Amino acid sequence: MRHHLILRVITKLLIGSIMIFALYVQFHGDYSPGGGFQAGVIMAVGFIIYGVVFSLDEAQKVLPPWLVHKLSALGVLLYAGTGLVSMFLGYEFLNYSAMTPDHPEHGQHYGILLVELGVGITVTGVMVTIYYAFTSRTPIMDDEAW
Amino acid sequence: MSTETVPHTAMTLVDHLPAIQVLLPFVMAPLVVVVGSRRLAWPLTFLASAAAFVVSILLLMQVIDGSIISYHMGGWAPPLGIEYRVDAANAFVLLLVTAMSTLVLLFARRSVEDEVSAKHHALFYTAFLLCLSGLLGVAITGDAFNIFVFLEISSLATYVLIAQGSERDKRALTASYDYLMMGTIGATFFVIGIGFLYMATGTLNLADIAGRIEDLGDNRTVRAGFAFIVVGIGLKVAMFPLHSWLPNAYTYAPSMVTAFLAATATKVAVYVLLRFVFSVFDPDFLFGTNTLAFIILPLAVVAMFSASFVAIFQSDLKRMLAYSSIAQIGYILLGIAFLSETGVTAAIVHLFNHGITKAALFMAVGAYVFSAKGTFYDTLQGMGRQMPLTSAAVVVGGLSLIGVPGTAGFISKWVLVEAALEKGWWPVALLIVLSSLLAVIYVWRVLEVLYMQPASESSTVREAPMSMVIPIWIGALACIYFGLDTDVTLTAARTAAQGLLAGSTGLH
Repeated sequence: MRHHLILRVITKLLIGSIMIFALYVQFHGDYSPGGGFQAGVIMAVGFIIYGVVFSLDEAQKVLPPWLVHKLSALGVLLYAGTGLVSMFLGYEFLNYSAMTPDHPEHGQHYGILLVELGVGITVTGVMVTIYYAFTSRTPIMDDEAW
Repeated sequence: MSTETVPHTAMTLVDHLPAIQVLLPFVMAPLVVVVGSRRLAWPLTFLASAAAFVVSILLLMQVIDGSIISYHMGGWAPPLGIEYRVDAANAFVLLLVTAMSTLVLLFARRSVEDEVSAKHHALFYTAFLLCLSGLLGVAITGDAFNIFVFLEISSLATYVLIAQGSERDKRALTASYDYLMMGTIGATFFVIGIGFLYMATGTLNLADIAGRIEDLGDNRTVRAGFAFIVVGIGLKVAMFPLHSWLPNAYTYAPSMVTAFLAATATKVAVYVLLRFVFSVFDPDFLFGTNTLAFIILPLAVVAMFSASFVAIFQSDLKRMLAYSSIAQIGYILLGIAFLSETGVTAAIVHLFNHGITKAALFMAVGAYVFSAKGTFYDTLQGMGRQMPLTSAAVVVGGLSLIGVPGTAGFISKWVLVEAALEKGWWPVALLIVLSSLLAVIYVWRVLEVLYMQPASESSTVREAPMSMVIPIWIGALACIYFGLDTDVTLTAARTAAQGLLAGSTGLH
């Protein structure tokens, strides 16, 4: 239990900054390199490193598998939902100008932020799902099944 | 900051139909995951599919006279933005895909309960919805790279769906893996082809590519692009030497998945092939014409014979039908290779008629799996008496497969023979008839098993539930209806063929 003390302390220190960096990449994606996909991967790294160092069970206490599934789907819904909103406002699907018809550039801005947030949530969800799937190693079928 | 008012007329629901077509299943897919209920998964899926069916009818009605609808995604005008473009050819494909998905879903409720473990139901239907939206997206989009993206959405969902057959038979996993490998190679070739076209033309919009190729004329980059695209899509179509993934995938997938894929997936790929060969590349593009005449035509004939021949010697009904699908795709490719209006009409009509025939037959196979717990001929002996309704539908579907007058299959073969005679290719017409004789043999073997052989004494097999029999019979009756009333199918197919053969001008 007391093994790898340095690893564990450093990990705890790192996770916070990893997540903040993920949020930075997420919301500055339109000004600097980055965006939803990169931010999603970095955010997932925060959870994955926690799982690697503190065991899978601990990670799944923080982020249970069912929640990860819903998150992956919610991100897609946020993306598509942004498009649907612009559709209901009488513009083409995903035409962000619909959000602020008086000032289309602002609308484009809000739109891309929302859509990228959706991408970020989904990518986090999918990355963590893949990690869980590889690590949990529950035999998919027992020997008798063959 | 200045406030400027940009004039804009609000779009109506009708203007949005092309987007709604794809969005219905696409938005429903994550919604099913979020709801996460086993009970609600099927109703929500069915709702999305049925609504998409209505949308596709509305779209077809708008374009049947030869007009074109163009929808600009995100308000960005093509060729820079992504464009959804509906004309008679793809509206017809959209109708086929949504009609088949709705029909198969009706059948699916009991079949999936039986074949897929309950804990996977919600995700199973999610994968189905993603597959459906991918197929619809491939058909509706007017952007080359968008086709690739949607093709991957539908393919990845398909691999998952096929693997779900592992509840019944573990070989579904290897079948799915094989298809994953082949499908990925196909998609890679396709995207390399698009890369070449992009290099030659600097655009991804299909209409724009077509226009620029016309100006550029023939060059090596365009030829390489054409070759890569034909091989890549050929894999998805299951064109003869590239068909090896199909028999296993169809045999081991859950019944409803097989019925859906057989009726739609290869058909959508055929549509993409048509679109590229005729609209993007000019029909006068000599390299393309030669490819059709000297490569696709012989391969189509070989497929018609070799796959039918293999089908005769199968001992599993589902596997036999899978091989027969490869043969039938041969007929469709033959129609394309004729490079005439009648030929392409035959291809499109057969795409539709074979779709409904195979959907009916594979659903019937699903009913046998549900009631008799198997599809091998020795399990099915005497089922004509024990499952009379299902077996009668198999008879109708089988007749349509052969092309007996009065069934849908006859119409498409008739137009196909007509196209061959129009060109004066007597031997090809003869080959079409001869290969139909092989179909007589493999269908007869099934009928013999079902009706001529006694069931085992201890057999207590009952007819499948009505929720399965009714969709099967809707399919079977459609086979007869479209064999008698050819107005709708032939008109739509002819309009589509004219639009496609008008070449790049058909896209402007």
